[in-house]
Amino acid sequence: MTMDANLKPALRLTGVHANIDQYHILEGVDLVVPKGELTVLLGRNGAGKSTTLRTIMGLTTVKAGQIRFGEQDITGWATPRIARCGIAFVPEHMGVFGQLTVRENLVLAAVSGVMDEGRLAWLLDLFPPLKKFWDRPAGNLSGGQKQMLAIGRAVIEPRELLLIDEPTKGLAPAIINDLADALEQLKAEKVTILLVEQNFAFSRRLGQSVAVMNDGRVVHTGSMADLANDEALQHRLLGLGLGEHQ
Amino acid sequence: MSTVEHTAVRGGALAGAVPAMRRFRDQSPHWFLLLGMMLAALVMMDFTTWLVLTLSGAAMGAMLFLMASGMTLTFGLMNVLNLAHGAFISLGAYAGATVLLFWMNDQASASSVWLNLASVIPALLFAVLVASLIGWVFEKLVIKPVYGDHLKQILVTVGGSIILMQLIEVVWGSNEIPVPRPEAFSGAVVVAGIALEKYRLLSVVLGLLVYALMTWIIERTRVGILIRAGVEDREMVEVQGYRVHLLFLGVFIAGSALAGLGGAMWAMYEELITAHMGDELMISVVVVIILGGLGSIKGCFFGAILVGLINLYVGFLEPRLAAVATVGLMVAVLMWRPQGLIPVIRV
Repeated sequence: MTMDANLKPALRLTGVHANIDQYHILEGVDLVVPKGELTVLLGRNGAGKSTTLRTIMGLTTVKAGQIRFGEQDITGWATPRIARCGIAFVPEHMGVFGQLTVRENLVLAAVSGVMDEGRLAWLLDLFPPLKKFWDRPAGNLSGGQKQMLAIGRAVIEPRELLLIDEPTKGLAPAIINDLADALEQLKAEKVTILLVEQNFAFSRRLGQSVAVMNDGRVVHTGSMADLANDEALQHRLLGLGLGEHQ
Repeated sequence: MSTVEHTAVRGGALAGAVPAMRRFRDQSPHWFLLLGMMLAALVMMDFTTWLVLTLSGAAMGAMLFLMASGMTLTFGLMNVLNLAHGAFISLGAYAGATVLLFWMNDQASASSVWLNLASVIPALLFAVLVASLIGWVFEKLVIKPVYGDHLKQILVTVGGSIILMQLIEVVWGSNEIPVPRPEAFSGAVVVAGIALEKYRLLSVVLGLLVYALMTWIIERTRVGILIRAGVEDREMVEVQGYRVHLLFLGVFIAGSALAGLGGAMWAMYEELITAHMGDELMISVVVVIILGGLGSIKGCFFGAILVGLINLYVGFLEPRLAAVATVGLMVAVLMWRPQGLIPVIRV
């Protein structure tokens, strides 16, 4: 249950409660995201994973509890302020602006007003289709290309924390592989990433630490390696013989 | 191209023209409708009359565009229905008239173009200033509490509109006020034997300038990208780190300013203003923005020109039908394209 003691947490949620309309979705989430690691948030549909990300981003109101980002208490902050302190969010629906071109999407994402040329070159190298469709409306991109744009947008400027919600959803296996390669690169850059994922193979390949949610709470935290090697634990936590699907 | 030529050889020129026409209709419905209407009118009257009516219609359209563009942007970006928009038109008209009547009386009646401009420009600027200031206060007091609820917006903005118009009557009195049109913009220039009213030419030029400026801002600048992004997905704009509300406030103020500008132009056009002129114009304004496609600047521009033209054409051909024609045009366009001429696609 313990995280690597040498790593300072990038993000810490303590007893976070949140509602969507009258539904109590998060019922006291305790979560630590270690700095410079990729943490995977697993759990069944409806466990509250997406709501956890949205709550961190300030899109869902915190009813109780505390969210700390580095040294700051960001509980209750407005979304733009949270974004500006270095947290980027890639929602499940990707949230790409379809009427805007790929370029315009990236221009907006560079909040400081200018795109760093070196970083842009690196990004276009990471996701070549973005270069190809540079001046086309993002709405015309394929699902995988939109996902690349969504992630590209999140990293067009250096960020301290990336929140990515189910990037593999609805994508072909070959494209999932490309995405995993790109995320590996981001990991190598020591970007802290919190990834919500249903695809266990993908999670296992990328994840360093893992947290499992159920019914609005985090019910397990630990290293991904431990979970990957323990099929009984997988059964108990995720209710699936995940090992069989690899 | 080769298919078109091939068909043309087989079935005569007409057979090739029909699909080309259909493509033109579907790809540029705004141009199709505009050119179609102008041609239809040309068939029904002599050329000189047609030219004069077209210029007048375009001038009316240009002023309608100024008045309507703010409302369409407000709706497009923040999904806010501001039915008090008409009050800002009246406000601009009174503010402009005040400058013309009292402060610049001497210049306004002088015949030098420059002295006239020296009265018209401050009048327009003052209209813009007053409308934007009141717009700013109005957004804070009236609009902000009712985001996301159309029914409340309608109720509250209609109420706000009544208050604004009553305030106009408190300040300026409830009588109609005659507005002097500056000497240099009265009368007409004669081009090839056809008298074209100067003021209408000026309106068209101003309308085109504002349209060009707005298009440039929306298409080319960072603020424009933000506005387009905000129209599509407000939440994701906030996720990128921008305060959408500030952006909206800016757009609302700009929209009010444009309503004021349009109102001041209209005041000099009609040469008579009342506090309720904005209300009367709102019918056309609403027709224009629905016709053009809610939230679309380009649609608003073409919608305004179309409404202006049909008003003048039908007014000439069959005056009793002029009022019906505007609404009839809207109904016809909506039956053809339910989202308006140039719909704004939301994800």
